[in-house]
Amino acid sequence: MATDITEDAVQSPIGEINKYDFRTVSKGVFKAKKGLNAEVVNQISDIKQEPDWMREFRLKSLEIFESKPMPKWGGDIELDFQDIFYYLKPTEKQGKTWDDVPAEIKETFEKLGIPEAERQFLAGVKAQFESEVVYGSLQEDLAQKGVIFTDTDTALREHSDLLREYFGTVIPPHDNKFAALNSAVWSGGSFIYVPPGVEIEFPLQTYFRINEESMGQFERTLIIVDEGAKIHYVEGCTAPMYSSESLHSAVVEVICKKGSRCRYSTIQNWANNIYNLVTKRALAYADATMEWVDGNLGSHLTMKYPAVYLMEPGARGEILSIAFAGKHQHQDTGAKLVHCAPNTSGQIISKSISKDGGRGSYRGLVRVEEGAKNTKCSVVCDALILDPESQTDTYPYIEIMEPDVSIGHEASVSRIGEEQLFYLMSRGLSEAEASTMIVNGFIEPLVKELPMEYAVELNRLIELQMEGSVG
Amino acid sequence: MSDVLKIENLHVSVEGKPILNGVDLELRRGETHALMGPNGSGKSTLGFAVMGHPKYEVTEGRILLNDIDITEMEADERARLGLFMAFQRPIAIPGVRLADFMRHATTNVRNPDRKEGEDLIPMREFRKEITTKMKQLQMDTEFARRYVNDGFSGGEMKRAEILQLAMLQPKFAILDETDSGLDADAVRLASQSIAQIGGEEMGLLIITHHDKLLEHNPPSHAHVMLGGRIVESGGVELAHELHANGYQRIRETYPEAAALEMEMQDEEQTV
Repeated sequence: MATDITEDAVQSPIGEINKYDFRTVSKGVFKAKKGLNAEVVNQISDIKQEPDWMREFRLKSLEIFESKPMPKWGGDIELDFQDIFYYLKPTEKQGKTWDDVPAEIKETFEKLGIPEAERQFLAGVKAQFESEVVYGSLQEDLAQKGVIFTDTDTALREHSDLLREYFGTVIPPHDNKFAALNSAVWSGGSFIYVPPGVEIEFPLQTYFRINEESMGQFERTLIIVDEGAKIHYVEGCTAPMYSSESLHSAVVEVICKKGSRCRYSTIQNWANNIYNLVTKRALAYADATMEWVDGNLGSHLTMKYPAVYLMEPGARGEILSIAFAGKHQHQDTGAKLVHCAPNTSGQIISKSISKDGGRGSYRGLVRVEEGAKNTKCSVVCDALILDPESQTDTYPYIEIMEPDVSIGHEASVSRIGEEQLFYLMSRGLSEAEASTMIVNGFIEPLVKELPMEYAVELNRLIELQMEGSVG
Repeated sequence: MSDVLKIENLHVSVEGKPILNGVDLELRRGETHALMGPNGSGKSTLGFAVMGHPKYEVTEGRILLNDIDITEMEADERARLGLFMAFQRPIAIPGVRLADFMRHATTNVRNPDRKEGEDLIPMREFRKEITTKMKQLQMDTEFARRYVNDGFSGGEMKRAEILQLAMLQPKFAILDETDSGLDADAVRLASQSIAQIGGEEMGLLIITHHDKLLEHNPPSHAHVMLGGRIVESGGVELAHELHANGYQRIRETYPEAAALEMEMQDEEQTV
């Protein structure tokens, strides 16, 4: 198994993220030229009036991007990097109307019961500020505790020191080609800093949802949870995300300091033409816990492997990943746990569902560095295949450099249980009802980790997918 | 005219391999039939075929429910016509709560024409009913919140099957070794419950090796299966005889079926 594929997978965790962009403060209408070069990168930096260190960071990242080969692992990527707009937010929105949004996306919004105004907003054709008041008071409350919760562009202006200290430290630009790309042209994303000992009980971002103007293409998220602090961040939502762009490539960095706890939940449901390539990684220090709850639907290809690096004794990482691959979709998803210190522990639960010729792949890494004694880790990955046209693969990489560890790996693949179907049908459930029930049961471990409103939406979405009515 | 389930000259194959070789059986509502026979004689196959498991292919013959030919119907259509099977080893469905599943099932069976998306039985009404029935079966009501058969003990599975029987109130029920894997007390409880639920209202086809289950459900008819055929039928005395003496006499009386049975078992071992 020691192929270059393995090596690459270790070096470069890539995945997708879907995130809407936050409103950028720059008011100017700007459209970069199609394609990517130093001029475009400089223009972005000019528009955002960034400090020199960020401009240099971007330009260096561009060089790295240009020198890196395409990843040799994961799904097939057919992209012309010179045929993409790398920065065009304000003008893009003016040119886009509700009529441009594909019918199946509109239909899904409708079936999900999302209000009209919010639909237009989520599709990126309308800005909406109804929740400004709620958002404002929320911000005040958090600010009193010293929490910083803002978009990354604003953070760069107002909290430049913090950004300079941490930005790009968890996922440096040379990590992989898409991390380099994001580092060169990033805009938007969220920035969160939680001061020592502050516990935020409610999930952040729920209120943000309708405050975001449209999704971004190269979001950059940085979360710092200081010693003993606690946070649950919910990013994205289950509504379909529509973009006229073909590539979304985000970078999410999380730092969990001593004794802190961070849960990052996301369910993403992209339009079917999108390449969704995101790098998500967290560093967990002594006795800290990092949890990724990660659900992926839609997109043409998603490559996303949330990672936790367990840096100091007592750190724990948990990753729950679920993917639904429908027609013409490849969900290449999984997780990574890297044990760098003794007495660390981790758990990966990964589930994939494939239907109508879709392909779900689990790609995961468990690595125990030398000296990381007494580490414990368990991996469970289950695949559910709904019809003979669909496909699933598992690529579990396990690299153990330390003998004194306990690692478990279980994998199972089931055709949608013929026996399960028969059992439910013998009690009077139609085949469609029965398979929806089985699929909903299969994703139950994810659903119960989500805030209520997301869980309800996700269930409805799965039902729509099962009907085959969602493109 | 009372309801009748009629099995005519049923031949069934599984993955191309013939298991049933012409079974005839007529079961009227209110009757209790015991179906006995050694392991591998085809008893469970008959149950699955009648219930409509897609792996059990009917190659000849037919199944009629009140003169409606159900041979080609999907399992859910059969269930909605009033057929039920309690499984010997019901499968686990992780993540699906027994109560949610039962609410769908009960709604569909009571309202066979219900279209998808139409309302289910109101929650309050359903909860009241299932709670009452669970108490009758001496089941902890928390049980309804558990995932269907997931991590159930043998006894719990069987009780869950009987609970479903009680909720769905079918016209005809096939009980596939509902007594297997249960201790004496559990068998008594199961047996009493079935008698209470079934009573005069159902036609029961009880597949069993033992006669414990038959104590509270005295069969009006008994059948012995051997080599994929019913070789002998009779009354309750036949059931008692087989329980007391085993199948030696049957094998000797029907050497052809016994030979066929041996052949099928040999094949099974080589598969």
